[in-house]
Amino acid sequence: MKGPITEVEGVLSAPHVLEYPYRRSVGPVLSRFFSALRERRILGVKTAAGRVLVPPSEADPETGAAVSDEFVEVGPGGVVTAWSWVTRPREKQPLAQPFGWALIRLDGADTALLHAVDAGEIGHMRTGMRVRPRWRAETVGEIGDIACFEPERAGGAR
Amino acid sequence: MSEPEETKPVKSIKAPMRLEYQYTAGQATSRYLRGIGQGRILGQRCPSCRKVYVPPRGSCPRCAVATTEEVQLSDKGTVTTFAIVRVPSENISVPLPFASVHILLDGADIPFFSVVQGCPLEQVRIGMRVRAEWVPREDLAPTATSIRWFVPIDEPDVPFEKLEAAL
Repeated sequence: MKGPITEVEGVLSAPHVLEYPYRRSVGPVLSRFFSALRERRILGVKTAAGRVLVPPSEADPETGAAVSDEFVEVGPGGVVTAWSWVTRPREKQPLAQPFGWALIRLDGADTALLHAVDAGEIGHMRTGMRVRPRWRAETVGEIGDIACFEPERAGGAR
Repeated sequence: MSEPEETKPVKSIKAPMRLEYQYTAGQATSRYLRGIGQGRILGQRCPSCRKVYVPPRGSCPRCAVATTEEVQLSDKGTVTTFAIVRVPSENISVPLPFASVHILLDGADIPFFSVVQGCPLEQVRIGMRVRAEWVPREDLAPTATSIRWFVPIDEPDVPFEKLEAAL
């Protein structure tokens, strides 16, 4: 990356960005998940035991067995099961203002999805809080189609 | 007729890795970078084993002593190993394909990482003689990109035995 070269007492210093612009194939199960996000729907997949995995995976993490071919729509709302607060977001993070990274168990799901919560301030975050997705105006089939989650109560929904 | 893009199943996603550093070169490498900014390649010699390091890091990793003697090196050297890069990537600025190479500069004891361009790539080989192609004088700056790449020169190959010690 180009950036200003600075000098302190004869020693040079400059920004250095190491970036791998990867694109990765998602496989058949996540393909369903990402294709549904483009339509503003969130899909989980059922395991043989009937648990709903969101995000879906090709194998049941508990048994290693292949999941079923049954996909179910979950959410859009859910519950924060764990979180941490980002005081100073970095450039490529989902929100420019301080936000929470949270594990969110969507309604109808048995596992939690990692996403950003735009709670405004740390005092508004708590385990067990209800959140709902805020969708981007343009969806393309990636996790960023959900710009972030936001507290349900703040917007007066439900 | 093919399906429109917005209804095709998603097959792949962007998954970039990005690490933002502030790189501080240290005394020795700063001198080297300033040399590069003047079109000169500077190394440092170990006072104990006499090996010449480029770019210099200020110490000899073998003898664990400070290196202070500065040595100006030739911008000619010999390819010690290489790989041909043909896969495009948005952050590669050198035209494809090119050879990613290690070059043992004349007078140095460790190879130096760079790129070979300007010749049919099937000609790139271990022992091949090359020379730095610098950016125009007015564009020289204390950064690695002041050397655009290396190009072959018409000199006989260096036999492998003479390179072996530096690999």
